[in-house]
Amino acid sequence: MSMKATIRIVDGVTVVDVSGRITLGEGCTQLRELIRDQLGKGNKNILLNVADVTYIDSSGIGELVSGFTGVARQGGALKLLNLTKKVHDLLQITKLYTVFDVHDDEAKAISSFAKAPSA
Amino acid sequence: MAPESSVVEVTLESDLKNVEVAEEITLRVANTAGFGEDDQNRIEMAVHESMINAIWHGNKNDSSKNVWLRFQIYCDRLEIRIRDQGSGFDPQHIPNPLESENLLNVSGRGIFLIRSFMDEFRVEHVNGMGTEVTMVKRLNSGIQPKPEGGVDREHESHNTNS
Repeated sequence: MSMKATIRIVDGVTVVDVSGRITLGEGCTQLRELIRDQLGKGNKNILLNVADVTYIDSSGIGELVSGFTGVARQGGALKLLNLTKKVHDLLQITKLYTVFDVHDDEAKAISSFAKAPSA
Repeated sequence: MAPESSVVEVTLESDLKNVEVAEEITLRVANTAGFGEDDQNRIEMAVHESMINAIWHGNKNDSSKNVWLRFQIYCDRLEIRIRDQGSGFDPQHIPNPLESENLLNVSGRGIFLIRSFMDEFRVEHVNGMGTEVTMVKRLNSGIQPKPEGGVDREHESHNTNS
C-alpha cells in the first residue's frame, strides 16, 4: 500500500491526513510533492496527521526532516499530529522527537500555529 | 553436536517492490523464531533498510541484479545475511546522525537504525560476489533500541579481504 493523503484547511492551517507507507520511492516522492504544492499555494502552516501511517523508514524520516526545514525556510511551520507508536519510537531513537512540534490533539495543534509568528 | 537450526533462503530481483516481499518473509521467520511483536517489527525494519541499501546503493537499482537473503534460526538467535552485487561500503565512515551537525540531514539514518534494532551487525565484501551484511538478533536479549545507535562494537567488522 503506497501513501495516500487528503487535505483539509482548518482555521488557515493545512491539515494533511496521511495514510499508508512513507518509504523510499513512491511514498517519499508523494509527500515531497504534496508539501511543495502547498508551499506553492502559499499554505505555509502544515499539520501532518500521521495516525494512519502504517510504515515509515529512514527515507521517510528524511522526508519529514526535509519538509520541516523547507517549510521553515519559507517562514512557516510543519508540525506532526497523532504519532503511532512506531513513528514515535523512530523519532525518539533518531533524536528528532524534540526537533518536531508533536501534538496528539488536533484542535490544540491548530491553535498552536496562531501563537507563533509565521507567514 | 551443534544445536539444530533451520534455514530459509531466497533470491529476489533487485526491485524496490521486493522490499515488501522481504518484509513479509522476515515477519514470518521472526515469528517462527519466537520473537514478540515489537522485536518482529524491529527485525523487519532492519531487513527493510538493508534491502534498500542492497537494491538502491549496492545494485544501483539495476533489476538485472539480485539480492540474496538467508535467515538462519538458532535456538537462541536469528541470523540474517543479505548480499547484493555491489562494491560495498564502510560502515565506519557513515556520519553519526545524532550529532548536532547531522541531526537535520535528509539521509544517513538507515545503518543507524539497523544498529539500533539488532544485536550484531557486520559488513563484508565478498570478492567476486558482492557485499554481504550479517545481522543477528538474540532471543530474550532484553535489548531495547538505543539512541546511540545500539551497535555492539565488539561484533562489528568490515572486511574487504574475504
